Amino acid sequence: MVNLIWLGMIVFGILAAAANGNIEAVTTAALEGAGNAVKTSLALIAVITFWLGIMKLAEEAGIITLLARLIAPAMRFLFPSVPGNHPAMGAIIMNVSANILGLGNAATPMGLIAMQEMQKLNRGDPRAATDAMCTFLALNTSCITIIPSTIIGIRVMHGSAAPTEVVGTTIFATACGMTVAIVADRLFRIIFSRPGRN
Amino acid sequence: MYALIAEISRWAIPVILLLVPLAAMIRGVKVFEAFVRGAETGFSTAIKTIPYLVAMMVSINIFRASGAMEVLVKLISPLLNTIGFPAELLPHAVMRPLSGGAALGIATDIIAAHGPDSFLGRLVSTMQGTSDTTFYVLTLYFGSVGIYRYRYAIYSGLAADITTLLASVYIVNALYGK
Repeated sequence: MVNLIWLGMIVFGILAAAANGNIEAVTTAALEGAGNAVKTSLALIAVITFWLGIMKLAEEAGIITLLARLIAPAMRFLFPSVPGNHPAMGAIIMNVSANILGLGNAATPMGLIAMQEMQKLNRGDPRAATDAMCTFLALNTSCITIIPSTIIGIRVMHGSAAPTEVVGTTIFATACGMTVAIVADRLFRIIFSRPGRN
Repeated sequence: MYALIAEISRWAIPVILLLVPLAAMIRGVKVFEAFVRGAETGFSTAIKTIPYLVAMMVSINIFRASGAMEVLVKLISPLLNTIGFPAELLPHAVMRPLSGGAALGIATDIIAAHGPDSFLGRLVSTMQGTSDTTFYVLTLYFGSVGIYRYRYAIYSGLAADITTLLASVYIVNALYGK
């Protein structure tokens, strides 16, 4: 699926550019995309390093285990293959909390830490996603946002009379998306189930 | 309610930065050493995502800059018209899972052109706030642990995106419909 989407975007892009007589845009766009990707990764070095340090402290202080125990029932339902006291649980909880609070630059490093911990539990092909990872990403891409702070900022900038009015509609739509993400993840897990996988 | 959550967001990180090292110290952890040991892998984790992100962002950028996206928008707009989805917002809906920056740019343009409190302004604000850049999140998270077989993760991600889109249209129509 990823391979098809990836190739599809390139092939249709180049065909469209040729049809529009705008073929040189392809080269510029490709290099610009590569440049943005590298910039994004480099910017991640600082936040990831910082949060990895804090997470290690939280882990050794026993805070992660404590957090994991607090919301264990919900987590056991969502991530049956991750042991309750595993550091992956702690990172997942931190990532979800950061997402809820709209703390984007804390949520991403926490998410990457959670992925590393889940990869340690991967007993199958190390190149293939585990069930737990798919559930985690379904949660993340449909992320439960309570305060969409960026868009509220833009609304303020353009003189909105009620900039925070979209909070209610956002929570409603996000809750619908999350529900479908969790249900779809469960269904696909059964359809795609392969024995011996986490 | 909003003010309370905003206050929590403002305090969350400083409070974590105070409590976590303090708790670790009380539990007898050598805090500085533990922090450094944990942070050690930060560089390699971030760098590992480069090839995955380059691959994905090159493809998305070609798709966007070439005009192929407009063709796709034209193809699916009759379909969306039938559910009461305004054609002006289609580029945003298509862009949202692919590129966070581009989607935000489109949302800003629409808010500037139609006003933040117009029907379109409210709908695009909701659409921007409710879902994430699915392809970026998948590429980054899987890339950081060297995974390139995503299995069904893309299907559930896109199913969620489509649901959030439909739910946004429904709720904004219901509350602020023209």
